[in-house]
Amino acid sequence: MLKYILKKLLIMVLTLWIIITLTFVLMVSVPGSPFNSEGNSNEIVQQNLERHYNLDKPIHVQYLLYLKSVATLDFGPSIKQPNQTVNDLLGRGFPISAELGLITIIVAVISGIILGILAALRHNGVIDYLAMGIAVLGISIPNFILATLLIQKLAVDWEFFPVATWKSPMHMVLPVLALATGPMAIIARLTRSTMLEVLTQDYIKMARAKGLTPWKIIVKHALRNALMPVITIMGTLLAGIMTGSFVIEQIFAIPGMGKYFVESINHRDFPVIMGTTVFYSAFLIVMLFLVDIAYGILDPRIKVTKKEGE
Amino acid sequence: MKRNQNPQHYNQKNVPDEWFTWRKKDIREQELVARPSLSYWKDAWRRLRKNFLAMSGIVFLSLLVLMAIFGPILSPYDANTQVLSEQYQPPSAEHWFGTDNAGRDVFTRTWYGARISLFVGFMAALIDVTIGIIWGGISGYKGGRTDNVMMRIIEILYGIPYLLVVILLLVVLGPSLSTIIIALTVTGWVGMARIVRGQVMQIKNYEYVLASKSFGTKTPRIIRRGLLPNTMGPIIVQMTLTVPSAIFAEAFLSFIGLGISSPNASWGVMANDSLGAILSGNWWTLFFPAFFISFTMFAFNVLGDGLQDALDPKLRK
Repeated sequence: MLKYILKKLLIMVLTLWIIITLTFVLMVSVPGSPFNSEGNSNEIVQQNLERHYNLDKPIHVQYLLYLKSVATLDFGPSIKQPNQTVNDLLGRGFPISAELGLITIIVAVISGIILGILAALRHNGVIDYLAMGIAVLGISIPNFILATLLIQKLAVDWEFFPVATWKSPMHMVLPVLALATGPMAIIARLTRSTMLEVLTQDYIKMARAKGLTPWKIIVKHALRNALMPVITIMGTLLAGIMTGSFVIEQIFAIPGMGKYFVESINHRDFPVIMGTTVFYSAFLIVMLFLVDIAYGILDPRIKVTKKEGE
Repeated sequence: MKRNQNPQHYNQKNVPDEWFTWRKKDIREQELVARPSLSYWKDAWRRLRKNFLAMSGIVFLSLLVLMAIFGPILSPYDANTQVLSEQYQPPSAEHWFGTDNAGRDVFTRTWYGARISLFVGFMAALIDVTIGIIWGGISGYKGGRTDNVMMRIIEILYGIPYLLVVILLLVVLGPSLSTIIIALTVTGWVGMARIVRGQVMQIKNYEYVLASKSFGTKTPRIIRRGLLPNTMGPIIVQMTLTVPSAIFAEAFLSFIGLGISSPNASWGVMANDSLGAILSGNWWTLFFPAFFISFTMFAFNVLGDGLQDALDPKLRK
């Protein structure tokens, strides 16, 4: 187990290093200086930036200094907002984005699993078709389109929910709905197919023969095994929710990290783009690592020392 | 025991001769298979045909491709000509899908958008497949140390968040049709390579590969004739799922301001441009691109599901 964790840890560090280096290389290779873009007339900002990025020094020194600043989680000042550092933006945006992300995951996982179980129990029945219909639609409709539709119908036409911003639970309903539908659909499909497989296994028959209630069979026996694949795709889902939140935060005017990120892209605010990318990547990569470890611990069948290759 | 009591039973003596005919001894004819043999692909097609959803997906996508090719030619309007006097016309006999904020015909723009979105999707899938087959094929077939190194590289690349790299690349390269395709494929091929490798590793241990090796077949031929055709099933399924995700990624990029620049219409750009318009009641400018993005993704998804079932011999009834 320790060997497995160490191996994953090594890969994680390498991945991180690659993304950090890639960010640096791209930053350096931006035509001209990224800090000389038009509209950037503020002398002090200019000087701060040059000092922060040590643009006068040779490139390998720049690289080492950059690594050091990333390691100490200091992403430097923003170009467009003179009094802001990237850290300020992250510090303000991250809690809100984390809240949105967390609620979304919880909603998606719970509703996805319930939908999947219902579909599997009524295999080829009306509920099955209905649930899978919802799932395919959920996968097919991009979240930004869903978000616009939700705003148009539920907020503007019928005025059930507020149109935008992030203040009360009522404000959270629409963004979470728009963001959670896709992952929910994926989880529902996955749960259904593994549930169908698990339900034909001998140990389920055995449990039935013992006279256990269907509820107990599902919750205590079937669900445990059916959920393993869901854990394996959690990393991918997290990545999807995170990138999805860029757009959702933009549409619903939620002052999270994603909104700052998209704004920085539109304004070509390079330090913010670089800083957020590194931060997002690091966050995701660590999450992926944790998912891997959780999987290794939870599934007793996984031989953690085995050679790759199924 | 019952045999003797049964009046219907004939023994050797009372079987009439005319029941028999003499046949020429022809080995070739004897060996003929009575029914036409079903190849893997025919069998898969037979099963796919029974899948209503998958077939509707195929029909929708074929129509879409046709319209992407001929739609702009059929329409009397130009996709990029701005007619300011005809801003936000609702759908009518003249403008079937209405007009947008610059008075451009949405019908024409939708098919132009289809061209770009489908092109991005298919190109990305094609490049992914090419790199994936080469990388995964070599890694799976060689095995051992080569495989180990190649797989570690994949594992590292796999951890890099796909869309973040795409965003980063586009910020630096500047968004255009070719840079979007390049950015989408830089790490996109990794999934395909994994699938191909898994398949190759499994198949290379089968007896028929051993047999052809023992005949002295050269390695490239074994890979080309023996391994690749049998890995095609999962590859095709993966491809049908790559195309919609590329289309989605392109729409997503347009949305955060990294799409193909504005006079060129892709569905993502069209949807993004009309976000504000929908709140003022001009629903058609968003509806048509949104409808086609969603339905294309839907069609590819159900087709992929159908193909997955049809191409898996284990699911044969």
